[in-house]
Amino acid sequence: MEYEVVVGLEVHAQLATRTKMFCGCPVRFGERPNSLVCPICLGLPGVLPVVNESAYHMSLRTAVALGCELASFTKFDRKNYYYPDLPKNYQISQYDLPFAEGGSVPISTPGGEKSIRLVRVHMEEDAGKLVHTPLGSLVDLNRAGTPLMEIVSEPDLSSPEEARSYLEELKRMLEYLEVCDCNMEEGSLRCDANLSVRPVGQKELGVKTEIKNMNSFSGVEKALTYEAGRQIRTLVAGGVIEQATLLWHEDREETSVMRTKEHAHDYRYFPEPDLSPIVLDAKKVEQIRGELPELPRTRWQRFQADYDLSEYDAEVLIRDRALADYFEDLAGRVGQGKLAANWVTNQVSAVLNERKIPVAECPVSSDRLSELLLRVDSGDLSKGMAGKVFDSMLGSDASLDQLIEKLGGGQISDPDTLRPLVEEVFGEQAKIVEDIRGGKDKAKNALFGKVMGKTRGRGNPEVVRGLIEELLASGS
Amino acid sequence: MSDFHCWAADRIAGAVGSGEVTAETVARHFLERIDRLDDKVGAFLQVDTQGAIEQARAVDRDIAAGKPPGPMSGVPVGIKDNICTRGLPTTCASRILEGFVSPYDAEVVKRLRDAGAVILGKLNLDEFAMGSSCENSGLGRTVNPWDPDRVPGGSSGGSAAAVAAGLATITLGSDTGGSIRQPAALCGVVGLKPTYGRVSRFGLIAFASSLDQIGPFAMDISGVALTLSVLAGEDPQDSTCIAASVPDYLGTLEGSLEGKKIGIPREYFEFEMHAGISQCVERAAQVYRDLGVEVVEVPMPHTKHAIATYYLVANAEASSNLARYDGVHYGHRNQEAKELVEMSCRSRSEGFGDEVQRRIMLGTFALSSGYYDAYYLRALKVRQLIRQDFDAAFEQVDALLCPTSPIPAFRMGEKVEDPMQMYLCDIMTAPASLAGVPAISVPCGFVEEEGRSLPVGLHLVSRPFEEETLLGIARAFEVRYEGSGRMPAEVL
Repeated sequence: MEYEVVVGLEVHAQLATRTKMFCGCPVRFGERPNSLVCPICLGLPGVLPVVNESAYHMSLRTAVALGCELASFTKFDRKNYYYPDLPKNYQISQYDLPFAEGGSVPISTPGGEKSIRLVRVHMEEDAGKLVHTPLGSLVDLNRAGTPLMEIVSEPDLSSPEEARSYLEELKRMLEYLEVCDCNMEEGSLRCDANLSVRPVGQKELGVKTEIKNMNSFSGVEKALTYEAGRQIRTLVAGGVIEQATLLWHEDREETSVMRTKEHAHDYRYFPEPDLSPIVLDAKKVEQIRGELPELPRTRWQRFQADYDLSEYDAEVLIRDRALADYFEDLAGRVGQGKLAANWVTNQVSAVLNERKIPVAECPVSSDRLSELLLRVDSGDLSKGMAGKVFDSMLGSDASLDQLIEKLGGGQISDPDTLRPLVEEVFGEQAKIVEDIRGGKDKAKNALFGKVMGKTRGRGNPEVVRGLIEELLASGS
Repeated sequence: MSDFHCWAADRIAGAVGSGEVTAETVARHFLERIDRLDDKVGAFLQVDTQGAIEQARAVDRDIAAGKPPGPMSGVPVGIKDNICTRGLPTTCASRILEGFVSPYDAEVVKRLRDAGAVILGKLNLDEFAMGSSCENSGLGRTVNPWDPDRVPGGSSGGSAAAVAAGLATITLGSDTGGSIRQPAALCGVVGLKPTYGRVSRFGLIAFASSLDQIGPFAMDISGVALTLSVLAGEDPQDSTCIAASVPDYLGTLEGSLEGKKIGIPREYFEFEMHAGISQCVERAAQVYRDLGVEVVEVPMPHTKHAIATYYLVANAEASSNLARYDGVHYGHRNQEAKELVEMSCRSRSEGFGDEVQRRIMLGTFALSSGYYDAYYLRALKVRQLIRQDFDAAFEQVDALLCPTSPIPAFRMGEKVEDPMQMYLCDIMTAPASLAGVPAISVPCGFVEEEGRSLPVGLHLVSRPFEEETLLGIARAFEVRYEGSGRMPAEVL
């Protein structure tokens, strides 16, 4: 029997706000433990939460971009469970009235574009962190109260590869919207998955397991591949799948059971009495709609159409909003989309990758690079020479002309400059010229080499060859 | 010897503000009384002698320096010990928070300090404000100044007893289902529960967040009016605190009652009630009729469900609010436990008293999967019906009148073993809490029990954010009631 995989993802995105969800503490990664805390995020007796306006704004912005339906009335709820990294022993979240429902994320699959539907998006606060040491477990509450957005997809994903594409697309969207840093290693983007398998053709979903603790996109793909394999093997062997929450272990590349259905939590959700419900402001939504940036998928399609780029090149360029901006600026200045794309995806990307720096820190600005590319385009510089000039630009602020000069000058394409040199060589190499005229065509290369020697390699090869032919024909 | 403990708050503030007396003199007077009398009364869990004198001196310095005096300059106040005070322990009268010192002041405490009030110390209560007699305190025993064998009421028993015994001019309490009004009635003082959202809850240790409200106690209406002027108003730290303008409650006290109508909720009088109490309340109604106020009966058909509704909502919220006391971050921690769950379980079992544990269990049950709809959700719906009772009544009348408590102060130990009897103490007060409307208890007479005179409280309720009306109506009775200002003989 053939099985198919059904996956739904729950993505937690830390909102890129300056301060926490319900208090004024700064949100920062990697600070001294418990240095970014106050009575409110410590859950001390008597404190009350106040909703971070900017977190709500970013959440709305995301929901609008995802095409969600916005609730006219939304509220917060308490999710009650005991854990030492949760100072109040309840998490302020949203239960039955999330601020956004529906919406979708488009992804590319081998079979074409596919729309992954969303169930809902809601806001909540993050918990702190436990640090386990030989002396005991320590609690760091710097992260406690960080604003999170939970984006829940329908079980529309049919393979681990699709799950990865979905995550990549969603990540790009969040980055374009500037609502999340999307750094999986620092935990600003986290993902849990629900996976089940069923015989192809069966309508009902199989029993699902939930997989947690996947810390990278490749980890998600690996974990889902592992789990799908495990489920299919179990079923093929006549076993049954038990509903459970599983932990992915990146190092061992396998899952282990965290808890089974019988031990599922009863979160005892109820409306958070300390916060007033939020009534949707239609004007605010319109304003947000008006301020939405071009989303990555639209840009991807536009790059292909406007610059005649391949799907792959367009994809490489839009992956990073700043890189795409760099490219667009460059292409606009040079007037040659493909040339600009080649340079950005090759030389520029190589530098960024080698140095592990963001586009903003690229030593060669799009403005400066455009000067170089204009010379390439006009034929003033050979490709090889342009590469050398680019490399020297990385370490020097000198002007383009100075750099070209230093490297021995640019390409000479002007026939009037080259013609006297060709005539000179004709005079010096009468023997060769005679041989050629006598039918020894191959000797043209020797003549060409001599001319290029006189230009120290800077002569435009085509122009030089043209001049040689011209003089041979003139018979002088 | 002076009699500052018989002075109204505005009189003290006026005298201190004008330099006639110093805040320090007043503070020392009260500290001396506390020293002499509180062994018997047991109102205070913590007396901040040094701090009070320092605060008083600071007030005096400011006044001597010509700074404009605050509206409560030099007024000695006591704070219920579930309201956070920086530098002083805040315990909720619970062993689980014994010795806990809050790093911040509650918003109300900050406002009192800014107004020039002098904080004498922290007052006893039923643990986490859960109870109607103060007997559930894990840290102290407070008696009724009118009869030391009887309870002061609760949960703000310490706050009521302190004012009744002249140990503070003003005290703050918190009211969730009657915790200000019932002890005020039992101790013969004035206690006001403002509209939900009138006073910031920031720094009030939550029992039931959708019901809790801070309010003042005083010997007279003017004291609570003055204090409310200081406490009320928007607070950006509390999303449930409403941005409504704050009138000068003291300045508008003496308004005319012309055209006002008072309603008597019929259903409240269907409960079993002490005969002497219904007589007192009837006499009070007559006082209003004599003033030309129309007094009419109004129906409040959902009253009989109020207690069940109240205990479901309050306990459900409490079960979540009290989850944070787990021995992990602060407060009592069991030292013998070997692992986390055991540590939290044992810390909570040792730290919380029986009543608190009972309510946490009831509330947890009411929110549990499979029971939520039948209990918590149903209670929210009935709560809405009770609100509608009030809305309908206030279309007809400006205030409602009934007893604050159906019984006078009861004997220590009388109800401890029977939680249901204890819960019925809230029968007159819980509906107004569920509706979020303002209510006040004002002394209106005495009943004789076993040779003792025990105070009776008149309960007045008005529309949301109309404390002005409520206080005016209460004041009109107060000036015509011969027992106003009477204090128990033992503490004079």
